[in-house]
Amino acid sequence: MSDNLSTLRDALPRLGEGVVVTLQLTLGGAALALVLALLLGLGSRAGSLWVRGPSRFVVEFFRGTSLVVQLFWLFYVLPVFGFRMESLACGILALGLNYGAYGAEVVRGSINAVPQGQWEAATALDLGPVHRLRRVILPQAWALMIPMLTNLLIQLLKGSALATYILLHDVNYFIEQLRRSTQDTFFSYTVGLLVYFALAYVLTLGMNALEVRAKNRLGSGPSLREVLRVAPVPATTRGGAA
Amino acid sequence: MPETTAPRDAVPSGTAPAPARATTTVQGAVPAIEFQGVVKRFGDNTVLDGLDFSVAKGDRVTLIGPSGSGKTTILRLLMTLEEADGGIILVDGDPYTHEIRGGKRVEVPEKRRRAVRRRVGMVFQQFNLFPNMSVLENIIEAPMHVLGLARAQATVRAEELLDQVGLADKRDARCTQLSGGQQQRVAIARALAMDPEILLLDEVTSALDPEIVADVLGVLREVAETTDITMLIVTHEMQFARDVSNRVLMFDHGRIVEEADPETMFTSPTHERTQEFLRAVLGD
Repeated sequence: MSDNLSTLRDALPRLGEGVVVTLQLTLGGAALALVLALLLGLGSRAGSLWVRGPSRFVVEFFRGTSLVVQLFWLFYVLPVFGFRMESLACGILALGLNYGAYGAEVVRGSINAVPQGQWEAATALDLGPVHRLRRVILPQAWALMIPMLTNLLIQLLKGSALATYILLHDVNYFIEQLRRSTQDTFFSYTVGLLVYFALAYVLTLGMNALEVRAKNRLGSGPSLREVLRVAPVPATTRGGAA
Repeated sequence: MPETTAPRDAVPSGTAPAPARATTTVQGAVPAIEFQGVVKRFGDNTVLDGLDFSVAKGDRVTLIGPSGSGKTTILRLLMTLEEADGGIILVDGDPYTHEIRGGKRVEVPEKRRRAVRRRVGMVFQQFNLFPNMSVLENIIEAPMHVLGLARAQATVRAEELLDQVGLADKRDARCTQLSGGQQQRVAIARALAMDPEILLLDEVTSALDPEIVADVLGVLREVAETTDITMLIVTHEMQFARDVSNRVLMFDHGRIVEEADPETMFTSPTHERTQEFLRAVLGD
């Protein structure tokens, strides 16, 4: 065991590099997924069939095909047609497309969940369609989306482990290397579990903070500052008359 | 409550303000609202079946009738929250959502539709304030982004209106911290901030506790007394209808079965359906 630990200690810089690659894939993929989710989610609600049809198709296609296959297709098949992408760009693109398709459904559902009266009030004030979405509907839908987006983000993090197979040196790759040098599967994969869990936990904390802030902006729940304060806040002054 | 009604000359109405209590439609004048053969169906249910009626500028018209008689549908058509299946609606003589061109009923382009919609404001039963904005932000959002007022200018006007509805101290409050009655008064201020020529009031007190209904109605009474805004009111508050409106229309199955001034309507209705309805509502 002490051998294992010293091997791990020596390999820590490489673990750091692995974590950086995994985070690049996760955050890059998540950013792309969020943009696609918003575009495809809004597109899925469009009145025009020319917008709605393609949006629905893209969502169904990327939701319905395996992430591994998409990743390999981008990395090994596209070059056949003369498009060669760096491994990292490929990984981010595959993760973004796949989770963007799932996210589109979250966006669509959350927008539909904003009460009809909010749309009507915005129309009554003659706010234009873009303004109505940006200033009235999306801020409210955002608060509804976050818990589901957190789920997707964690899945995306774990999905990013596939990047090892398109030659990226991410956390998963590091675990493989550790297993080879220690010859101890139990030790290496347990380290792997813990590293992924730690990363997922940090991401979850970040998303929870976003959720608290989003809800507070809608006038429900405490502010982030109140939550982060060490002493618990008495839950009396909040809530008000509805 | 101080007198803080803003001058109405900023409104591009093009006509001199009608007297606040016009009692009859002036012959020859362009009505503020005109329905011509308006049809509205929800599935197989025909709510309005070729409805014709008009409202003169400055009129305060209360629509009464059993639920499902089409009153709220009329307001929603005027706010473009519903689309008519037939007929046309004119606001100040301008076609709103549809017009007759070359003998055919065609849609009015969105740009012109918006120009007409801008003259119409609405207060809802469920208030519908934006929870992601403060009270002040709710009121200045549309004046800034739709009318193009500067923030400072919009804020001054919003503060006047908040003062008028008795909520000057709630300027920076979140909507969720307000009671229902307060929320509805903010919603009234928000609608007035757009300087509407026509104000639609859709059962604005129905979601409120009885003891705060009077506050909201008091605010609306003052609006009625100090402005010449044309009002269409759907309400079950018969006393309010009596105080504020100069015309009452009784609807049944999408048709006007009786029309009279409030005094006549509430004391000596002639139509059998009106008598039945008022007996049920007034509870005697």
